Amino acid sequence: MNRIESCLNQARQDGRKALVAYIVNGDPVPEATLTTMHAMVETGVDIIELGVPFSDPMAEGPVIALGHERALANKTSLKSTMAVVKEFRQTNNHTPVVLMGYANPVERMGYQTFAQNAGDAGVDGLLTVDLPAEEAGPLNQELKKVGIENIFLLAPTTTPERADTIMGVASGFLYYVSLKGVTGAGHLDVTSVEEKLAAWRGRTELPICVGFGIKDADTAKAIARTADGAVVGSVLVDAMGKAADQSAEDIAKAVCDLLQPIRAGLDELKD
Amino acid sequence: MSEVEKQAAVDYSQFPDSRGHFGPYGGKFVSETLMPALEELEQMYTRLKDDPAFQAEFDKDLAHYVGRPSPLYHAERWSEQLGGAQIYLKREDLNHTGAHKVNNTIGQALLAKYSGKSRIIAETGAGQHGVASATVAARLGLKCEVYMGAEDVQRQALNVYRMKLLGAEVHAVESGSRTLKDAMNEAMRDWVTNVDDTFYIIGTVAGPHPYPQLVRDFQCVIGREARQQCLDMTGRLPDALVACVGGGSNAIGLFHPFLSDDSVRIYGVEAGGYGVETGQHAAPLNDGIPGVLHGNRTYLMEDEDGQIIETHSVSAGLDYPGVGPEHSWLKDIGRAEYVAINDDEAMDAFRTLTRVEGIMPALESSHALAYAAKLAKTMSKDETIVVNLSGRGDKDILTVAAIDGIEV
Repeated sequence: MNRIESCLNQARQDGRKALVAYIVNGDPVPEATLTTMHAMVETGVDIIELGVPFSDPMAEGPVIALGHERALANKTSLKSTMAVVKEFRQTNNHTPVVLMGYANPVERMGYQTFAQNAGDAGVDGLLTVDLPAEEAGPLNQELKKVGIENIFLLAPTTTPERADTIMGVASGFLYYVSLKGVTGAGHLDVTSVEEKLAAWRGRTELPICVGFGIKDADTAKAIARTADGAVVGSVLVDAMGKAADQSAEDIAKAVCDLLQPIRAGLDELKD
Repeated sequence: MSEVEKQAAVDYSQFPDSRGHFGPYGGKFVSETLMPALEELEQMYTRLKDDPAFQAEFDKDLAHYVGRPSPLYHAERWSEQLGGAQIYLKREDLNHTGAHKVNNTIGQALLAKYSGKSRIIAETGAGQHGVASATVAARLGLKCEVYMGAEDVQRQALNVYRMKLLGAEVHAVESGSRTLKDAMNEAMRDWVTNVDDTFYIIGTVAGPHPYPQLVRDFQCVIGREARQQCLDMTGRLPDALVACVGGGSNAIGLFHPFLSDDSVRIYGVEAGGYGVETGQHAAPLNDGIPGVLHGNRTYLMEDEDGQIIETHSVSAGLDYPGVGPEHSWLKDIGRAEYVAINDDEAMDAFRTLTRVEGIMPALESSHALAYAAKLAKTMSKDETIVVNLSGRGDKDILTVAAIDGIEV
């Protein structure tokens, strides 16, 4: 069984909400990434979304866009991101890692090469922001061969017809974008998320994690009441950017200090 | 089968296909939030494009507001000096607002009106598309916000002020290379946030489907007129077409109505910057590879990791690392040839046309003129070249003065 599936199955069985944390590989300094990944797992993160930096991150707000810029200034690439996952797997064989990024680096590497290398490195899922279901067929085929889940986004604007198309090709979990906007936006509407999730639940068995606009324990708790998991990103990337001149351990600590209350908040929802 | 017969077999009117593809290029590569908006736009455009009332409204605006048809001008003195083919200039510089861009913004503003959205956004490089968008917004009473790279804001200060006078808000984009591609990223971010009430007027034949198709359709008035004007003036079709290619909207507008005319050779001219061999240029069709950016698959300038690299051109309107997907396809199937002209060659053409014909071309169009001059010398005096003079050079005066070391 893929690590994502077993992780989310286990969480469901335990009545526990999954905490999904996003950081950008190579941001703010290359040596911070691996240290932070391990520290996040110790703090109770269930799934790591590792951002692959791109020169033109169109869906990102200013905070994560800056993270991409810092990572690229450190010469981070798709290749080096897979190398980090491989190293992570030396001592962690259970935490799912999802690569999140944009289509062009994967296009450049080639779908087949990407799938093989990612599979070898121990990557469990891929979320390509600008590769919607309609264009994802050829990449999906390659990912299936190596057992990598293709994570798709659902949005507030997604129609039921589109949702069915997406659910037909998605695996692992669905990532519901909680608001119309970029990452880190501040206008989360909990009621509308609950309504949407209720509608999606009727159409799919896949777990649904919710992201965009989750900043702290309160927003995470509010969202996770109806979701399988909460995705936290911008606040972590912001903290990492501010700690850029500190040691890898201190950068990791800055991230975990933010995650700890969120984890505790989610655990209050345990049934 | 010969090359010509192969080309004749292509029915160009059938592209893009129903999924927005030109062969392997084009498509819709955007985040999920925008996909429904694109589907909505596609449905609306499919309905309206064959609606006689919509077409009549568009044609009326082109005639009475833009001032079409634009003349096809025989540059006799320049042709004589070159000593080869006769050069005819399609005078898009005489359009209202000074460039071909307005043909498209008139069309998209009509779509915005039909869609009921109250706000329009646009990205702009040289500022011509921003001005054209601000213009139609003023006329329709729509709120207009324009995204422009901070570097372009500086080198196109006149156009920035024009937009402000027209009532538009101009956002200087400080991220990335601070040019057109970054302006497009920022416009996409705005659109994803305000998708309910906002119509995004993309200025070129790039972006996600259906933009490459609808922008092309609105710009095809250039080629349709030029084709008829050439027949009227010379009694036959031109032997060659030349147009500059950044995103490629003026070029596709000229080329498309001639694609099935096999005898007409077609040349797109990219910005060679300091020279294609230096890597500092904006010529993805000459020196790029296919990839995905800004919603479509097309030729791009990128590094070995798939990161988009910074481009250089003296002309802000050509300073873009991608190109419309239909051009990528026309290159691959061999129907059009894509060449590059360097900054200094374009500057020479700018000066020459100004002095010899009394027409000051935009620096973008000067790339097309420079290539046409080279091409004309290889052709005979009874052959003809139609060059798209896509815009006027007034906006570039400060750039030219700076190159000359003169403070205006």
